Amino acid sequence: MKTKRYFLFALLAIVALALSATFVGAQDAKVIKIASQSPLSGGQSLAGSSMRNSVELAINDLKQPLVDMGFDVQYVPFDDQATPDVGVSNAQNIVADPAILAIVGHWNSGVAIPSSEVYNANDLGMVSPANTGVNVTGRGLSVVNRVCGRDDSQGAAGADFLAGLGTVKTVYVLNDKTTYGLGVATFFQQTAEAKGLTVLGFEGTEEKSNFDGIIQPILAQTPDAIYFGGIYDQTATFLTQARAAGYTGIFMGPDGTDNSDFAKLAGEAGVGTYYSSAAGPISLYPDAAKYATDYQAKYGEAPQPYGPESYDAAAVVLHGIEVAIKLNGGNLPSRAQVAASIRGTSDFKGLTGSITFDAYGDRAVANYYILQVKSSDPTTWVQNEVLKTTTAKSPWATLMDSMMSK
Amino acid sequence: MSATTLSNGLFGNFKRVLRNPTYAFLGLLIYITVTIVVLSLLDRRSVIFPLLSTLAFPPLVLAPFVTLALPIDNRLKGLIILVLLFIVLPVIGMFDGSYLELAIQICIFSGLALGLNIVVGFAGLLDLGYIAFFAVGAYLWAMFTSPVETYFKTSGALVGTNLTIHIGSSALVITLPAFYTFMIVGVVVAGIGGILLGLPVLRLRGDYLAIVTLGFGEMIRILAQNSDSVGSPPINFTNGSQGLNGVGKPPIPQFLRDFVATVERLLHLDVANVQPLTQQLLFYFIAIVVIVIIVLVARRLENSPIGRAWTAIREDEVAAIAMGVPLVRMKLTAFAMGASFAGAIGVLYAAKQTFVSPESFSLIQSISILAMVIVGGIGSIQGVLLGAAVVTLLNLQVLQNLSLQINNWRNNKVVVPQVLIIIAGVIIALILLRFAWKNLKPWIKSRNVSSVKPLNILIGTLLVILAAAVVFISLASGDFPIANWPNQLELAKYQRFIFGILLIVMMIFRPAGLLPAARRRLELQTPKVEKQAEEV
Amino acid sequence: MVSNRATLNWLYRYVLLPLGQILIFIVGAAVLMTAFAYVLAILFPTPRPNIVLADQIGRQLPGMIISGVTIGFVYAMIALGYTLVYGVLKFINFAHSEIFMFGGVIGFEVLRRITDAGFVQSWSPVVLVIVVVATSMLCSGLLAVVVERVAYRPLRGAPRLVPLISAIGISFFLADLVRAFEAVTRNAFKLTYPLTNIPALSTPISLTLGSTAINVRITSIIVIVGAVLMLVALNYFVNGTKLGRGIRAVSQDMSTASLMGINVNLMISLTFFIGGAFGGAAGSLFGLNVGTIDPFVGFTPGIKAFTAAVLGGIGNVTGALLGGVMLGMLESFLNGILVYFPALGIRYTDIFAFLVLILVLIFRPSGLLGERVDEKV
Repeated sequence: MKTKRYFLFALLAIVALALSATFVGAQDAKVIKIASQSPLSGGQSLAGSSMRNSVELAINDLKQPLVDMGFDVQYVPFDDQATPDVGVSNAQNIVADPAILAIVGHWNSGVAIPSSEVYNANDLGMVSPANTGVNVTGRGLSVVNRVCGRDDSQGAAGADFLAGLGTVKTVYVLNDKTTYGLGVATFFQQTAEAKGLTVLGFEGTEEKSNFDGIIQPILAQTPDAIYFGGIYDQTATFLTQARAAGYTGIFMGPDGTDNSDFAKLAGEAGVGTYYSSAAGPISLYPDAAKYATDYQAKYGEAPQPYGPESYDAAAVVLHGIEVAIKLNGGNLPSRAQVAASIRGTSDFKGLTGSITFDAYGDRAVANYYILQVKSSDPTTWVQNEVLKTTTAKSPWATLMDSMMSK
Repeated sequence: MSATTLSNGLFGNFKRVLRNPTYAFLGLLIYITVTIVVLSLLDRRSVIFPLLSTLAFPPLVLAPFVTLALPIDNRLKGLIILVLLFIVLPVIGMFDGSYLELAIQICIFSGLALGLNIVVGFAGLLDLGYIAFFAVGAYLWAMFTSPVETYFKTSGALVGTNLTIHIGSSALVITLPAFYTFMIVGVVVAGIGGILLGLPVLRLRGDYLAIVTLGFGEMIRILAQNSDSVGSPPINFTNGSQGLNGVGKPPIPQFLRDFVATVERLLHLDVANVQPLTQQLLFYFIAIVVIVIIVLVARRLENSPIGRAWTAIREDEVAAIAMGVPLVRMKLTAFAMGASFAGAIGVLYAAKQTFVSPESFSLIQSISILAMVIVGGIGSIQGVLLGAAVVTLLNLQVLQNLSLQINNWRNNKVVVPQVLIIIAGVIIALILLRFAWKNLKPWIKSRNVSSVKPLNILIGTLLVILAAAVVFISLASGDFPIANWPNQLELAKYQRFIFGILLIVMMIFRPAGLLPAARRRLELQTPKVEKQAEEV
Repeated sequence: MVSNRATLNWLYRYVLLPLGQILIFIVGAAVLMTAFAYVLAILFPTPRPNIVLADQIGRQLPGMIISGVTIGFVYAMIALGYTLVYGVLKFINFAHSEIFMFGGVIGFEVLRRITDAGFVQSWSPVVLVIVVVATSMLCSGLLAVVVERVAYRPLRGAPRLVPLISAIGISFFLADLVRAFEAVTRNAFKLTYPLTNIPALSTPISLTLGSTAINVRITSIIVIVGAVLMLVALNYFVNGTKLGRGIRAVSQDMSTASLMGINVNLMISLTFFIGGAFGGAAGSLFGLNVGTIDPFVGFTPGIKAFTAAVLGGIGNVTGALLGGVMLGMLESFLNGILVYFPALGIRYTDIFAFLVLILVLIFRPSGLLGERVDEKV
């Protein structure tokens, strides 16, 4: 009984505290909220938090035009816990808040697809920074866009590069069994075979730390190159162990490898690794370097893969809202108007190049850069050299081209 | 002291009043009305909306449980619950779609928890791979309706909204609604799955069973993940980790459209997106009906010879065999029944999400369903329903809203005045001092040195120092702008952290669950020593 | 003369016997797996064009065995934590995977601090490893004791599944607590062991066995040697000391042990400390071997180790060792061989591992070395 009394008092005190801290009344009508959904807790929170931070950074950097027009821009991060149930429930919560005009999300395609159905039913524009799976767009949903590339174009860019080297005849393809890794690896394999390379094996593994058992048979087949569709923590660990086991060939990864922590994890073993990336080289896009420095300064760590894309996604959203407000005569636009102007984004200059959305919501033209790791020093990661630039047209653009030519 | 007597007296009177059926009924009506009024008046633009919504919606969801606990006429109880489930919740859901979504998810998890309760609660078989049967149901419907280029699509096996079955030489044609038929097929297939799992593990006990079921659950997930390229040349069944999107939905019946139109007219509502809302309402009603069926079946089972046989197996397998309980058949029945519920719910889940991928069926999901069963009260149907509601609400609403609320305050540059910090500091210090007193009491009060444990003195002194530190910090703090809260400690990132603490606290304070089953409640009353001897 | 004989006896019982046992387990598992691999090679001599399976197996054999033993010992050390706790309290301590993770994080913190202080060059690698592992053992052991005190002791006597849920709560709590700590102090919670600065630990050794040369990572050898030493010590502690006898008594019958004047609570705390210490050692050795650790790393090794504990017979210390080595070896061989079968591949490794577990349990429902638990009368 006694303990109960104490708990009761504590509870009352907390409620009183919460209520009395709310001296601020209702928000005025000129509040614009931008939401984001990414895994902020649990095993995938590293990437998800980086996404959240990048969006916050972008909103702080770029909200001034909207503020000048008299709007208060607020950011509402949601934690989707990498779980579809939570994502959809949050999505319903997001669409029920009329002040939220657009959403940046998600990290997992498995969460993005069911949630996007909810956004679409409520005309809420969504810009994805990280869902590279081919079936995220092209489902006939007018609100779904993405600033990241597609697995098919990136996988093809990687295979194209390796085939062009001339020294590579055989390649071993690995993936991390996620939507992303499997997607990239599958398209890499298809293009590699089309370009005349021999694919010795195609394997998926959820193993994150001990690759000894997997490395042995790969070494036995002596491939000229290994391609690993996965995120840097896994690929770097794999590479370190493969090099320690005596592998001397070429190693290549997708943009999940594009992180200075790759150099930290792999050390000397990582030098010489090729990777593809959508983030532009600093010589062409100086803002990307500023982003990396700002991020480091504000959050104390280097951004994770898809950080620049997250920044761009928020930038595109802010730009879309700005355009919609102007079209609406300076008044608060409707969600449908915002979604339409986001889809209408054309030649927007972001950290990852010029962004134009096609009718599917993909980037009409996506650039992929092939880079090589120069040193085991993480601080020189941004100086990695661009070896090749591939320009990939989106499926919609290709479709249009073929119709034009007919 | 006087405040204590007052609160005791108040609560004492309150309890006495509630024992009177009329007052209880009136009280319930007031309770329900207040939550409904608050929910319908809530304004999303309010800074404290997340807080208010968290204070108002869970009470409404819990209203059926409150109704059941009150001494009201059973028929009246039934009526109130029916009105709550079939009118109040859907209408509230039309005001704000997020409540409808929560209600559907609560139903889905309730169904799963009830199914697992049959296996774990009734028959005492610890199953850590229960999500596998859910996956079977979900994939069953998804594979036959998704437009993704899989084997089913290319071989023309996809089904539309209706199934036409030709019997004999097309003389007799039966048309069945595909979705509802598949729910029944889901029941059968998952039930068979349950038997297939049950057969090899019949001889296993307790934790050996747990690990095999865990393995089974993981195997189903990995199979779903790998079945995008089966054999060579590879055949694509499940589209692997890319998942199946565009899963079919059941068609909306006319009466539901009428329901929505009527509510809109009566309440002068203007629903922006009628079509998706009506679809959600349909899922809600299907889910509620499924749950009602499952509850009825589970209750019948519990009090049937089968249910008693399960109890016998759970309590003592050897004795059960000796008494002539057909062990094999009863265990398999438990697995099959539990699994079949999950199969039906799986079909519903796939249709509602319109997307199925292996990510949704991880071990964590199995464990969280088990947590619902145990938090609610293992073996008790009402308890399991409550457990599912509480855990789902916590996870999807309360914790999310808590972080949203703090984010709102941060965005609106709310500053916590120092007075409040000091009050909070003093309260925390008082609670700490209370525990310190508990440890220091023997030392201060008694002169007998031998009864004093040095560890207690140490802990007590540390707590006193801590209390002093808390008060000092709160005095020195000054006004605290919420925006200054460090980014690394943002609450949105620590939802599982809080969830973990709540699980521990709930288990420590209510080890038998929120609403323990009557039989288990008796068990827990047996003296502790005897209990320990039994356990060991 | 007598004392000499006693010493020999002691040596035999507490050093040679357990060492022999470990050796038998390793050799047995290796022989069994090799035989299995060659049976496959006879059944499917050329699963892929250009591949002669028997040749490949021959070439990979040393590598597969070493990696199997390495990961097997890590599993075994984690499994010991599950099995010891199960022995005395009869419940699955799901939070043990977080104790393992905690050990890895502590190991990182210690190594990081030593590196920052500039001692890396002056200390010998052996001392370095011992300091890292010992600190993480101590911290993880203490953490396990605290966890028991806070979350399990109040629940003693409650139904069996209740502490299980409490353990899951602890598991969520600990993972995020470590994450919060690392996020605040280091701004990152993906922790990389600073091994590149220590050439003695990061340079592999080249071994030539007959015609094949393989590279063995020095950290693998550290894991194996460290694990063997600790397992021998554990065997001595449990079977040769008074405290060990207390633990065994409590796991046999808690109330009788209490009547015999054994402090049951102390024994339970001690069990948690030992289990936690082994988990912590596994964590830091795993971190040294793999090079990276994060607050969520415990889940997969935790599940695998739990599987290993059950495979060997839960509650049985030797069983945990056997189960760990068997599971590690099985995984390593499956990874090494499934690759050559185009229709299968290593993505099916876990499925086969679980199938083997189910098969074993069908024929031995209480695990390889477990006693039958179901005779209650």
